[in-house]
Amino acid sequence: MNKPSQTTDMIKPVSGEDGISLADLNAAVTRQSGAAAPTRANMLRHLAYILKSNPMTLIAFILFALMLVAALLGPLITPYDPLKSSVADALQAPSLAHWFGTDDLGRDVFSRVLMATRLDLAIAFSAVAISFVFGSIIGSLSGYYGGWLDKVTGRIIDTIMAFPLFVLAMGIVAALGNSVENIVYATAIVNLPFYARMARAEVNVRRDAGFVQAARLSGNGDIRILATQIFPNALPPMMVQISLNLGWAILNAAGLSFIGLGVSPPTPEWGIMVAEGARYIVSGEWWLALFPGAVLMLAVFTFNMLGDGLRDLVDPRQRS
Amino acid sequence: MAKSKTMTVLGRVAEAIPTLIGVVIVAFLLTRALPGDPAAYFAGPAATLESIQEVRVSLGLDKSLPEQFIIYVADLATGNLGNSISTGQPVTADVMSRLPASLELTLFALVLSLGVALPLGILAATKPGTWIDQLCRIIVTAGVSLPVFFTGLLLVYVFYYQLGVAPSPLGRLDFVYLSPPHVTGFYVVDALIAGDGATAWAAFRQLLLPAITLGLFTLAPIARMTRAAMLQVLSSDFIRTARAAGLSWRKVLFTYAFRNALLPIITTLGMVFSFMLGANVLVEKVFAWPGIGSYAVEALVVSDYAAVQGFVLTMAVLFVTINLLIDLAYTAIDPRVGFDG
Repeated sequence: MNKPSQTTDMIKPVSGEDGISLADLNAAVTRQSGAAAPTRANMLRHLAYILKSNPMTLIAFILFALMLVAALLGPLITPYDPLKSSVADALQAPSLAHWFGTDDLGRDVFSRVLMATRLDLAIAFSAVAISFVFGSIIGSLSGYYGGWLDKVTGRIIDTIMAFPLFVLAMGIVAALGNSVENIVYATAIVNLPFYARMARAEVNVRRDAGFVQAARLSGNGDIRILATQIFPNALPPMMVQISLNLGWAILNAAGLSFIGLGVSPPTPEWGIMVAEGARYIVSGEWWLALFPGAVLMLAVFTFNMLGDGLRDLVDPRQRS
Repeated sequence: MAKSKTMTVLGRVAEAIPTLIGVVIVAFLLTRALPGDPAAYFAGPAATLESIQEVRVSLGLDKSLPEQFIIYVADLATGNLGNSISTGQPVTADVMSRLPASLELTLFALVLSLGVALPLGILAATKPGTWIDQLCRIIVTAGVSLPVFFTGLLLVYVFYYQLGVAPSPLGRLDFVYLSPPHVTGFYVVDALIAGDGATAWAAFRQLLLPAITLGLFTLAPIARMTRAAMLQVLSSDFIRTARAAGLSWRKVLFTYAFRNALLPIITTLGMVFSFMLGANVLVEKVFAWPGIGSYAVEALVVSDYAAVQGFVLTMAVLFVTINLLIDLAYTAIDPRVGFDG
């Protein structure tokens, strides 16, 4: 009855990445054929509809805008100097003067939390940008050309995925040296497989599609076809991935600095602030760890909600 | 039929071998091929150029990379991961003595989160749109946003500082108790085997808070997958047929729907373990849990390379093994594989 090959075939669609991306592909096809001309107006109306039907997405958009403002203006809007210590004001509970209280050196926790937004977002954005760019290139090329290139990159990606990701990030930072830059590289490396796999699957199913053959017949080179014809189709699902991934990248970076990697003490950063505040939890000074932790949580939550909203926008069939 | 199942299993075991080779290569590269001079580090701060050179020769760092790799693999084959600078012990011995603590925490957390996530996901899928579905959705979205080190601290503040019901978050057992005789390495189980109820209870109380922290973290992906898989299965034709044939709802739900939904859930467990083994490190740091995670954190602070790399390698091998077991479990459970064998 069942030959071995058949049984493995049957397991594949459920366990592999390909099953998911095929659903994405179907959605992409219906999208392209369904709404060809009035895309922009439709898109806006669709966006308005999603924001109205799912208020969480709207909240996420607002929070995201607030975070961007905090990151951009940073030092201009902090009520106190985030680095200036004053022993007289040490360990004060939250009050009108100090909304989030003060830490053991008398520094204003609110100013430090606000100031940290820039660094945390910068780490997450640059890490995700690096893994998106390199992951897309590697994935597209191996999905398009196949052969030994596909085998080698597939093997490397499998090897990265064979590590628990946070543990691998720890190992990379330990080996490269303890700096913020290396946290970015480590986060980028452990995230790369997701983008590479996604790009590979999206490109692979389209490499012999009708519009690609048409482009090839009109004399376009491989790279040009990849960049202008095939890859843009992979962008919508990749955008969802980016948004969800940003949240994870922030968590990863904050986790690394919580265990003492990357960011060094006087610099305000959410993870390290929680680590510094942890010592005071058992004696009841909760505000040192609570506020940076809560803001970190809110930031991750924002990106996750944004990702879910984007998914609704990009692929209505996946709506939960 | 039975043969095809054996072949599938053997094939899957064979597939893990190249992955393990890749893991060993990466672990080696992380140790040796990167910037920084380990010889200067191992020789200590007061070292002269000659003594650094001496250390370099004694560590084999003066040889070429391929040669070093062969030595590394040979060492690995004999279970030698080098010596830790901070403890002065062989890394293998350190890791082995601390591994049970981590496993106890991880496995108990997994049991806790499966115990909550599976019923929650099933209920949410069978009653879509109700309050339990909304609750599931909130937990799922909030759960993936939780930084474990933060939830851990929050639980410590509420249950230890405010309510005073939890023991102090310092390790596996309070000082007044002696650790139970070593059988499995899991304190709760060992104490029960030794018939020491008081110690078992104390160890369980220490374990509870960190396990809840870790369990909360893994709750979200499992509940999400359970809900999605159950929804998909429940809308399929064979469920409609089963219901039309007049089978009881309970039988349809558990015998037909849940068994099929288990497959994608088991597949997600691989990813859940990847997150869990990472989050383990953070939870161990928060609760001063003496597992391999906090060992690695202590080693990182003093740049104890051998210990950190030994930890990374151990975790990777553990993860590859877990993934292998998950795949094997999948083969065993999948009703389509070896149904009549």
